[in-house]
Amino acid sequence: MSVATKTVTAPPSFSRVGVLWASTVGKKALMALTGILLSLFVLGHLLGNLQLYFGRDSTGAYLINKYAEFLHHNKPLLYGTRTVLLVAVLIHVIAAFQLQLGKGAARPVEYHQKESVNSTVSSRYMFWTGVVIFFFVIYHLLQLTLGVVNVPGFREGDVFHNVTVGLRTGVAPLFYVVGMIGLGLHLRHGLYSTFQSLGAGNPAVSQWALKWAAVVATVIALVNLSFPLAVLAGLVKG
Amino acid sequence: MKLTLDIWRQKGASDAGRFETYTVEANEHMSFLEMLDVLNQELIGSGKEPVAFDSDCREGICGMCGFVVNGVPHGPVDNTTICQTHMRHFHDGERLRLEPWRAAAFPVLKDLVVDRSAFDRIIQAGGFISVRTGSAVDSNAMLVEKNKSDRAMTNAACIGCGACVASCPNAAAALFTGAKIAHLGLLPQGQPERTDRALNMVAQMGKEGFGHCTTIGECEANCPAHIKLEAIAQMNGDFLRAVFAKREESAGGGAG
Repeated sequence: MSVATKTVTAPPSFSRVGVLWASTVGKKALMALTGILLSLFVLGHLLGNLQLYFGRDSTGAYLINKYAEFLHHNKPLLYGTRTVLLVAVLIHVIAAFQLQLGKGAARPVEYHQKESVNSTVSSRYMFWTGVVIFFFVIYHLLQLTLGVVNVPGFREGDVFHNVTVGLRTGVAPLFYVVGMIGLGLHLRHGLYSTFQSLGAGNPAVSQWALKWAAVVATVIALVNLSFPLAVLAGLVKG
Repeated sequence: MKLTLDIWRQKGASDAGRFETYTVEANEHMSFLEMLDVLNQELIGSGKEPVAFDSDCREGICGMCGFVVNGVPHGPVDNTTICQTHMRHFHDGERLRLEPWRAAAFPVLKDLVVDRSAFDRIIQAGGFISVRTGSAVDSNAMLVEKNKSDRAMTNAACIGCGACVASCPNAAAALFTGAKIAHLGLLPQGQPERTDRALNMVAQMGKEGFGHCTTIGECEANCPAHIKLEAIAQMNGDFLRAVFAKREESAGGGAG
């Protein structure tokens, strides 16, 4: 008796990460998720920095320096957080670049005349405000984390000194003002668009998100701007 | 009323194209396309090539017409196709610039006519439901939540004209694809294919070379069928759910 055999080839396996990354919808969802992480960091960073205004404690140590010491004390937590943030930034930036390239390819011939009927400046310039934030963050890290630019007499761990000196040195005020305007515009649309990218389309929810994104973005930008302005005005000094 | 028109003239897909200027005598009762018909009669009468533009029903319901007037898809009247835009919305002596939809996925065929087969291929990828043949079922046998039925109807109003792509700074087809996915995915009849529909239509949208959605909202403002941005969120949600819900085909119990 002969036996017929049949070779069955398994269907190509479905890679969930691959499908997400290959589509514009999946990339936008990943940008939304990483955007949430980075926004939470921005908020935490802002709350911590508020201690700049609270001066010294009873032992004469600046509160912001004690806070920095506390953050640096737990090394696994410090480097774990930095790694998560770095990965989030990489995903966010690479996706943004690929989508921006795709956008260019999607309309090779520009309109000779095109009107914006119903859109905000912050929504139309998301990529470019993102670029502003990217270069601001690099400058910020070089200045106040590594102390290699615009901090005369950088002292490791003495955040109060570094900030009060650094924020009024050289081009620093320009970087901070432009950077924070970029951040405000980026968050104003990003915080709202996140809901849409993750599928929350109920108009009641998106209208709520649209309103509160503008409020939160404005507050974050203004409070962050207050630090360099307070230093420049001499309200906070060592 | 006398109008000056700067119209995009392009002989074919390989021609570079350019604007040419015409003057036309119209009256305020004409539709925009009738005004172009008058211009074309004059061009034919003087032995010139008439301006090619798409149109069919001229009632605003078929989705065939559409070009950009002074930088706005379907012209200045909100939520109206260009065929339903009448000349009373313009004034004597006005200068108008007419340009085709601009997108890599919508190549210009001639003058103001673009090839929108990319939309057909997105529909073919998943814009359908399976129905059993045989005698008709009782129309109310399958219950549909009122809210979902309303939203499905809202999205079903999409006529596929392409104004969403034309108005989007990213040339994204998210509003069109979202409307189709939302229309079918909200109804019980659309459930059997819901997972594959979202995956396949979104994948096809990418293959056609449309851009990404950045929730700018130009599409919603320019849509003659009043499709809302909510449709795009519905697509995003369906797609993300589908990415996690997708299972390998398997024959379990009862497969014989």
